[in-house]
Amino acid sequence: MSGLEIVFLVVALVTLYAALEVVTTNNLIHAALWLIVTLLGVATLYVLLNATFLAVVQVMVYIGAIAILMIFAIMLTRKIGEAAEDQTNQNWPVAAVFGFLMFAGLSVIVVFSGKNAIMQGAVDSGQIVTELGQVLVSPNAYVLPFELASVLLLAALVGAIVVAWKK
Amino acid sequence: MSDPISLISTWFHNLLLGWGLPEGLVNFIGDFIGAGVVATVAMLVVIVLIWVERKVAGRMQDRFGPNRAGPYGLLQPIADVIKIMTKELITPDGADLIPYNFAPILSVAAVLLIWAVVPFASTVVGTDIHVGALYIIAVGSFGIVAVLMAGWSSDNKFALLGAARAVAQMVSYEVPMVLALLIPVLLAGSMGLTSIVAAQNVWFIVLAPIAALVFLIASMAEVGRAPFDLLEAESEIVAGFHTEYSGMKFGMFYVGEFLHVFTIGALIATFFLGGWRGWGAETYPILGFVYFYAKAFLGYFVITWIRLTVPRIRIDHMLAFSWKFLTPLILAALMVTAVLVKMLEDANVWVYSLGLLVANVLLIWATVEILKWLERNRTPRRQTFKGRPVAVAPKSSTSANS
Repeated sequence: MSGLEIVFLVVALVTLYAALEVVTTNNLIHAALWLIVTLLGVATLYVLLNATFLAVVQVMVYIGAIAILMIFAIMLTRKIGEAAEDQTNQNWPVAAVFGFLMFAGLSVIVVFSGKNAIMQGAVDSGQIVTELGQVLVSPNAYVLPFELASVLLLAALVGAIVVAWKK
Repeated sequence: MSDPISLISTWFHNLLLGWGLPEGLVNFIGDFIGAGVVATVAMLVVIVLIWVERKVAGRMQDRFGPNRAGPYGLLQPIADVIKIMTKELITPDGADLIPYNFAPILSVAAVLLIWAVVPFASTVVGTDIHVGALYIIAVGSFGIVAVLMAGWSSDNKFALLGAARAVAQMVSYEVPMVLALLIPVLLAGSMGLTSIVAAQNVWFIVLAPIAALVFLIASMAEVGRAPFDLLEAESEIVAGFHTEYSGMKFGMFYVGEFLHVFTIGALIATFFLGGWRGWGAETYPILGFVYFYAKAFLGYFVITWIRLTVPRIRIDHMLAFSWKFLTPLILAALMVTAVLVKMLEDANVWVYSLGLLVANVLLIWATVEILKWLERNRTPRRQTFKGRPVAVAPKSSTSANS
């Protein structure tokens, strides 16, 4: 086993354990903190795959924005003194089945597509950001989805202002 | 002798290789020690910083500052450290132990992580990742997580409110900060810090003074120092998110804050003041260290200076300042810079620099004019004083209390 594989195993195990904690712990804030650990683990996996840009964006967007907003929302809305409560409702078996199906589907794709990300390894780094930027605004590629997402976000922004407007 | 760090690193590398260790392991050990050295130096700088801060504050407030322990009070920080280490570590009853104890560590680590990508000299840089600028923003978010953890796990209402306030401030000032960092990235055509420094034949503070100013203001708000020190307010939320921390755990937050200020100085030096560049720094990399630290200290001094000069700003003013002033300004600056960089692509360096500088100056002038116009057309909120002279008794005082 090479050093990289050991690191991968450790990180993957930590990520999985943290993910399990997210859905099982009874304390909402703890769940959010474990979620941060999970997201950080995923970011580390991206680093191991040499996808530095993706890793940094993962940390910035998911930890820097989403996880913090979640904790913030919990802090503002809950009586956090009495934090323990049930994580599940009666629908959890259905959710578990669908979760498992999703996992199985992804596994099938990964195993039978013959594309093993870890084996491929070194994607080049510096070039990728440039290419990504060009692809996002190129009419032959993703300019339409990109602009649609922008319009959606703008609409959300305007909506938030309208909701907050007191008049 | 001109490049001792590389010399030592190569010597050490060869020494370990000579012992028959595999290449990968040697690199790992080298990186590990390098990271340790960078972090330790940064922490040691803090000790100097505390002394500098107190001495500068003293001078600006027309007093001496520390002058008892050692020559010029130089040993004062050491005495402080010893004192703080001997203090009792109090843990509140209802504290959530793991986040409570982890938060101070995370708050220092979040700042130390930034130093991994800062180029110290032409040959010395921790790691040159190509998304350095983005990385700096990303690891900054760990600092916010640390504040949230500290505030929540202390089981204290003041700490919780303080954390909420701190996070609101940090998140809203992140917007102008990120946009301000975008301008050096745009000018250099790369997000890697080494490339950004390499691109600064003309310092970016000349090409983008607005970005430098906005970055300075926004990052000061990010640290939460005066005039943005609303994280601590004795009459409202006591000491904010670290109300319940004592001893060295509080010390960690304190060190983290000082280190963060110095790190901002280093970032300003790297992004806007040419980093390690200076006369002879390419032939003699050791000079790069001198220039880099001198510039970083300059940034630190400016921040301290502002802190000691400007009174604190009210919370609603502070958020309005970010959203209604800094963000539109930096967006305008970003657009102007982008257009100009494309237009002046083939111009010579003088025309290019002058064009950008003039555009920035014009933008500042326009901003000032708009502000003046707004001020003139504002409905006056303040009541003008139409009172009576001070020493005359009120006429209608029909012996209410006489």
